Amino acid sequence: MSAPLSRTPLFALHVELGGRIVPFAGWEMPVQYTGIIEEHMAVRNTAGLFDVSHMGEARVRGRDAAKFLDGIMTNEMATIKVGMARYTVMCQPDGGCVDDLIVYRLAEEEFLICLNASNAPKDIAWMRAHIGTLQVEVLDECAAWAQLALQGPLAEKILALVTSTPLASIKRFGFVLGEVAGAPGCLISRTGYTGSPGFELYLPAASAEKVARALLAAGKPHGLVPAGLGARDSLRLEANYPLYGHEISEKISPIQAGLGWTVKFAKADFIGREALHRQAQGGPTSSVILFSLDDRRIARQGAVVYSGETPVGEVLSGTQSPVLGKPIGTALVAAGHAASATLTVDIRGHRIPLRLSAEPFVK
Amino acid sequence: MSNVPADLHYTKDHEWIKVAADGTAVIGITDHAQAALGDVTFVDLPKVGASFNHGDVFGTVESVKAASDLYSPISCEVVEANADLNNSPDLVNREPYGGAWMIKVKVKNPAELASLLDAAGYAATL
Repeated sequence: MSAPLSRTPLFALHVELGGRIVPFAGWEMPVQYTGIIEEHMAVRNTAGLFDVSHMGEARVRGRDAAKFLDGIMTNEMATIKVGMARYTVMCQPDGGCVDDLIVYRLAEEEFLICLNASNAPKDIAWMRAHIGTLQVEVLDECAAWAQLALQGPLAEKILALVTSTPLASIKRFGFVLGEVAGAPGCLISRTGYTGSPGFELYLPAASAEKVARALLAAGKPHGLVPAGLGARDSLRLEANYPLYGHEISEKISPIQAGLGWTVKFAKADFIGREALHRQAQGGPTSSVILFSLDDRRIARQGAVVYSGETPVGEVLSGTQSPVLGKPIGTALVAAGHAASATLTVDIRGHRIPLRLSAEPFVK
Repeated sequence: MSNVPADLHYTKDHEWIKVAADGTAVIGITDHAQAALGDVTFVDLPKVGASFNHGDVFGTVESVKAASDLYSPISCEVVEANADLNNSPDLVNREPYGGAWMIKVKVKNPAELASLLDAAGYAATL
């Protein structure tokens, strides 16, 4: 039994462009158009355009908006400047992740929050359940917005062809509101989930197709291609960005996931603080590692990681890195093994050594 | 629409087999299979001399998205594995019925061929 799948405002365009449509997080989304590796390399070398309209949005506003967010988010919210965004995690009391999010400060008392598609209803219910006596409201704007990600070294040049909004002054994690392809009310943000430079565009849903078509037409001579969720996943893994349900989850805390930099113990109390502080002080029982393989086989989610003959963990994400030309992945391994040089992974009966990486594969 | 050559036999699992007059055969995967897999990154093939029964797993084809088992259409013994796939696994995407043949085998029981699908039968499953 499953709920009917949702479609983004760009569904017809995906079909027209030859996208292969698959179910993802309750949505019918294009996994690829011409091929994952080709789309991946376009983002690294020129530019790719992703429809990420399945992502959710919530608007949080009111006199206590910043204080409210600081009580439910691990990162510091009050210090975000208007016109800037910040990555954060929202935790359960036990330190597990409700979701990871980007928070945009629209005004002193108004924020727009980007939610993972499959978590959006849960996130909004969670936020509303923690309002208490604060003067704040949480508005569900998931249906109001479409999102495009324009990513790659030529993203700025291409975006500048279809907008009069100045882009050069937008800092990393900064944003402006402006017109794109004649559509007013767009939020243009210098953020992304690929490890390449670029922008994320929050568009009024009714303007999405017009903006997407304008970008594709203007960008085509510069090598812009439509890119699907397959490339989005391989790009984010090369950049070592976590994906909810893989590197972070209700069972894997930001401390375990290596996201300790998003947890600000110095600020006022927030949900999960005590549990996360314990983990940070004593060391978590398991933690997430990044690896590559000197092999042709890909270690996929669920593959068992061994130290000698002892199972010590399992793979969370795995793919082929088009940039490295070899398999990469992440794994959750028991405390004491996260820096071990002798871990192996079992792939269909073959024991392949893990080559641990302290740095993302692209920066 | 995917390409289904008329002169091959097929399995429901999307392997093809082409039988020669000398009792040998070559085996690969179909155009439909390569399209569904997407970019192929690795083909894990058996060693020469390995024997398989009809329906046994003889190897794995791995794409960015998934690893899929390869099923032997017939009972056979491997006489050659396609070494080109080692360095160019993407041949599977480009030439599924040509350069990306996977194994050459000695057919043990030609009568099993009757249980396979012909081109029209396979096309009807797609």
